Amino acid sequence: MNLDPFSLAAILAMAAVTFAARASGYLLLRRLRPSPFLRAFLEHLPGTLFVAFVTPALVREGWAGVIGGAATLLVMRASASSPLALFSGVAAFWVARAGGL
Amino acid sequence: MQVVATRAGFVRGLRLAAPLTLGLVPFGLVVGVLAEAQGLSAAEQALMSALVFAGAAQILALELWADPAPVISAALAALAVNLRFALMGPHLAAWFDALRGWRRWLAVGSIVDHAWALAIAEMRAGRHDAGVYLGAVAALWLAWLATTAVGHALGALVSLPPDHPLFFAAPACFVALLVPLWRGRREALPWAVAAAAALALGFLLPQPALAVVCGAVAGSLVGAWVETSGRSGTA
Repeated sequence: MNLDPFSLAAILAMAAVTFAARASGYLLLRRLRPSPFLRAFLEHLPGTLFVAFVTPALVREGWAGVIGGAATLLVMRASASSPLALFSGVAAFWVARAGGL
Repeated sequence: MQVVATRAGFVRGLRLAAPLTLGLVPFGLVVGVLAEAQGLSAAEQALMSALVFAGAAQILALELWADPAPVISAALAALAVNLRFALMGPHLAAWFDALRGWRRWLAVGSIVDHAWALAIAEMRAGRHDAGVYLGAVAALWLAWLATTAVGHALGALVSLPPDHPLFFAAPACFVALLVPLWRGRREALPWAVAAAAALALGFLLPQPALAVVCGAVAGSLVGAWVETSGRSGTA
């Protein structure tokens, strides 16, 4: 049970900005109607963020990463079950890695 | 429209959210295992899950974790992932107004996708009991604390090497999350721009979090520009 000061600072910073994001919608966006541009920008943000994170991460893993990513994507599309998709993706990645990819 | 906040609503929220907690389990396990692998203690992991309470943000921040903990990059990752919560606040405002004191700020501070969707469904059905929201959030929060703690304990038990194939579960979480976010062909260009920018900037920028955020901002700007430029004459 120990708390490292840097980890504590990082956790509290994450908590603070996350609370700010949640509260800003309730406090500000109900009064200031966001412009269509800002709204469209914010609506795009989760998707583009995950793409921007995932693409370099998969590329770094080489063909095994591409195969694991494709398996996750296909199973998620077909089943809409995230546990099943995660399991399939990790299994495909594991097999590809074991196969020398 | 009269919004109330009742104990019966709280119980109803607990009951409605209970099946949704199953969907949190894989993400909670990934957060816990990843936190353990990145050197967070059980107490640090629990504190993060309790206060941040946002799976995607936690996984992204933990993937970019280092020793000493990267304060700026963790905050940047959390802000970028969680900015979408700002869009949910206005829809829930009438319910939050019906809550008093600490309950209101607890509800505001725990905005999360599942509870939001559940509350919207209740409103559409003509039921306006803010207690439902608090109950749903309570169930999801407890399940989140439990599954992340189990993940951390499992990680400590087996202590996987950092290049173990099981860690592929972290990027796979985001691949899985992308599927429901695909709103049709209009996502293609913003997503392609985000991917290309993140790849290119990854070689140039020292901070991986910065490359991810820059890629996301570039893609979202392109998406917002494409969607609003055509409409400006009619709006």
